[in-house]
Amino acid sequence: MTSATSSASVTTSGSGTPPDTGRATQSGFALGLPPRPALLTRPAWIALIALIIAIGLGVPLSALVLPETSAFHLSAYMMTLTGKFMCYAIAALALDLVWGYCGILSLGHALFFALGGYAIGMYLMRSIGHQGVYQSDLPDFMVFLNWHALPWYWEGTQHLWYALVLVVMVPAVIAWVFGFFTFRSRVKGVYLSIITQAMTFAAMLLFYRNETGFGGNNGFTDFKTIGSFPITHPGTRTALFLITFAVLVLAFLGARAIVTSKLGRVVTGVRDGETRLMFLGYSPLGYKLFIWTVSAILCGIAGALYVPQVGIINPGEMSPGNSIEMAIWVAVGGRGTLIGPIIGAFAVNGAKSFFTANFPEYWLFFLGLIFVLVPLLLPHGIMGLVELAMRRRKRS
Amino acid sequence: MAFSILRLTRRSIGKLGIALIVIAPLAAFALTPADIAPLAGDDFDAKSAAIDKLIASHDAPSQALLKALSEDNALTTDSGEVLIQDGDATKDAITGKTVAADGAQPVTLNNMLRSKVSGALSGSQLDSIDLETRRAAINALLQNPDPSMKPLIDAQRAKETDPGLKKKLDTLWAMTALHNSDPATRLEAVQLVAARHDLDMNELLRPLIAKKPDGTFVESDDRVRAAAQAGIDELDAIQRRSAIAGTLFAGLSLGSVLLLAALGLAITYGLIGVINMAHGEFLMIGAYATYVVQNLFQRYAPGAFDWYPLLAVPASFAAAAVVGMALERLVLKHLYGRPLETLLTTFGVSLILIQATRMIFGAQNVQVSNPAWMSGGVTVLPSLILPYNRLAILAFSLIVVGIAWAVLTKTRLGLFVRAVTQNRRMAACVGVKTARVDSYAFAFGAGIAGLGGCALSQIGNVGPDLGQSYIIDSFMAVVLGGVGQLAGTVIGGFGLGLISKAIEPFWGAVLAKIAVLVLIVLFIQKRPQGMFALKGRSAEA
Repeated sequence: MTSATSSASVTTSGSGTPPDTGRATQSGFALGLPPRPALLTRPAWIALIALIIAIGLGVPLSALVLPETSAFHLSAYMMTLTGKFMCYAIAALALDLVWGYCGILSLGHALFFALGGYAIGMYLMRSIGHQGVYQSDLPDFMVFLNWHALPWYWEGTQHLWYALVLVVMVPAVIAWVFGFFTFRSRVKGVYLSIITQAMTFAAMLLFYRNETGFGGNNGFTDFKTIGSFPITHPGTRTALFLITFAVLVLAFLGARAIVTSKLGRVVTGVRDGETRLMFLGYSPLGYKLFIWTVSAILCGIAGALYVPQVGIINPGEMSPGNSIEMAIWVAVGGRGTLIGPIIGAFAVNGAKSFFTANFPEYWLFFLGLIFVLVPLLLPHGIMGLVELAMRRRKRS
Repeated sequence: MAFSILRLTRRSIGKLGIALIVIAPLAAFALTPADIAPLAGDDFDAKSAAIDKLIASHDAPSQALLKALSEDNALTTDSGEVLIQDGDATKDAITGKTVAADGAQPVTLNNMLRSKVSGALSGSQLDSIDLETRRAAINALLQNPDPSMKPLIDAQRAKETDPGLKKKLDTLWAMTALHNSDPATRLEAVQLVAARHDLDMNELLRPLIAKKPDGTFVESDDRVRAAAQAGIDELDAIQRRSAIAGTLFAGLSLGSVLLLAALGLAITYGLIGVINMAHGEFLMIGAYATYVVQNLFQRYAPGAFDWYPLLAVPASFAAAAVVGMALERLVLKHLYGRPLETLLTTFGVSLILIQATRMIFGAQNVQVSNPAWMSGGVTVLPSLILPYNRLAILAFSLIVVGIAWAVLTKTRLGLFVRAVTQNRRMAACVGVKTARVDSYAFAFGAGIAGLGGCALSQIGNVGPDLGQSYIIDSFMAVVLGGVGQLAGTVIGGFGLGLISKAIEPFWGAVLAKIAVLVLIVLFIQKRPQGMFALKGRSAEA
């Protein structure tokens, strides 16, 4: 279906001109392409910069300088919670790129999220070193399994830079290979969703095995240091929080740059009429693969930021249910809007924290109701409401 | 046996120290306390000797004590008396008098002694007058042959009259005669042992073809060795055959379950293009409906319990169909043409259904028992038993496929369903009420899933998460088979089941799942619409 919020849909392709020359305006044909939208409008820039300044100064001040008794002190719990939500927001943004703009509903993004988390988790496990229970060079769970050497894929993970490379490369390679084979055979729609879900499910089963070498059931936990800083220290936590925030802002701007570019416009075309786009001479494979891989990388980065803040990663993180929950963050916020999924991630997870603390029995009912009611009553999510309100105000 | 009253010498029993007059049998050895005193000790060699004495004396107290030993009912006191626990009472093993069991400890046996005791018990029952007792004793000895029983077996073999038991005794004799000094006897023994076609016999035959360290054969006679080798080859062939047959059956059994789950899914997906994530929960509803019916039978008609499936089958169909129709009417109807949103919505419904089940029936698994006629199994090969409940489900799934086929091809509703599947608009144009067809077809698909749940309750756990464990596999079956065609689903379901079970022995269940997924992704490279794609315009939907 066509999203009402898609301002940039390919409807105005000219006659006969090869669509990818970029010389259309010079060659005399008037293509009538709408001008490329600005990265952000002026008020949006001002709001964003204000937010950056507020968070950049306010959070360190509130968490580190103010005494704990102060009403404005940011407790470790709140900071971890908000940091967690920001990681979810990055993941939601990534999913919005493929779902909102390319029409691919991935139910496998929890896998990419968890892979990023596992990549950084390997580094964190290695940096525990001799502080573990068994005081061995190997991570505790390997000692427990009676392993005497690191498996080959753990080589080099003692370096933070290498772990960061893995954070990007592992989801990228897996997404690319998987995407290549599925997109090439033009698997799409619900078929694709189901296959991504099966992929995540299979990976989860794999990671649950002790023999896979990622800690099995328990995963990685009990981290001590990250790059020589103690991981639970308020300073480290604040730094991680700010890095997450910075990544969120950059991811948002980067995603915005992609979707407003010509490439983004073709991707939107894939969403709205893949067959038509093919008749116009485009091969959707490359575009789909690009947006899919970028999305997976972004999701991996979100996972890598998530693990040091939350302090644990286990295979439950890649359960199919988690993937679908990501989709509902996007749906609640409004897909195809970029800002919506961020709002949606905060809204749904805020509600989750509230419900699981106060009415644990009813959380699943509530979540289920969101799943049922949002597509029925609020097809464009919260951002759809905002847009409606703004249009009403303009008219009056 | 003749019994007489004997006066025993005065002896003290524990703290009581009283004179006793007891009934004791006349036998080769009268059992004395000294004979069995080692049982109280820690020395297993001494215990073994004591048990040998018990075995040698064919009298009632020693038999009773052996029985008690085999059932862990023998106790010893600190002062060395051996007692037998009999219900709440404890009796002295020799005198049979009830005594106090203060501080008595159970007699500890190791495995060797345990098998000696049970072998002796069986041996002593070999000459029982009762046919069934003899049969049980022979079977016990076949399980656990004991060379020391040879004289008893030989004796009984000579006088056994029942032909069935005689054959068994022959084998039993052969098993004890493998190392007889006469090569002809050995040959006969080996042939009898090999003819049993029992995989456990490998253990007896393998040593016969082994070589000693100096290169000569343990078994000196060529013919005996050849016979042993032939027997081993035959056993290996049986083992291979039964492994293949076992894998086939396991695959078909898994496939039949997947088929039941995937059938409804294929109907609803083919018809309205909706991936129903709550489909697994229809399985669960069917299973819980079976549970409720079972409980009602248990409470109100325990006599007819064996026939509860007759009611549970329609009940599970109806329960799932009603929920399915409600879901279609209330929610999905408004989402047609938006398949991805439908996917999310149905996932939400599945969360609600799971949580509701948890609150109604509890988060724990509930117990659904098989009716008596479904427990047990048919033994095809010695190492391959096909359980009746799995056979029943295999048959059941084929019947359900047959019914679904009949409904879809022979009824008016089926005609409409096929018409709407192929071309919704055209069907509407010629007067098919497509909305109503959607509802009925969705309810029908859900009902079939309910039947699947009813079947599943007979072979697996019934819990709120039941549907979750099958849903992905049944999606894969649909993807593999293609939608909208029964044949595709049947092949997809059984194919997936067979492939999974064929890979499992080599790589384990988890890697098998991953391999299957990779296979499916590779497969749809060749056939993007599944194995049985709809041809023509309807394919490009």
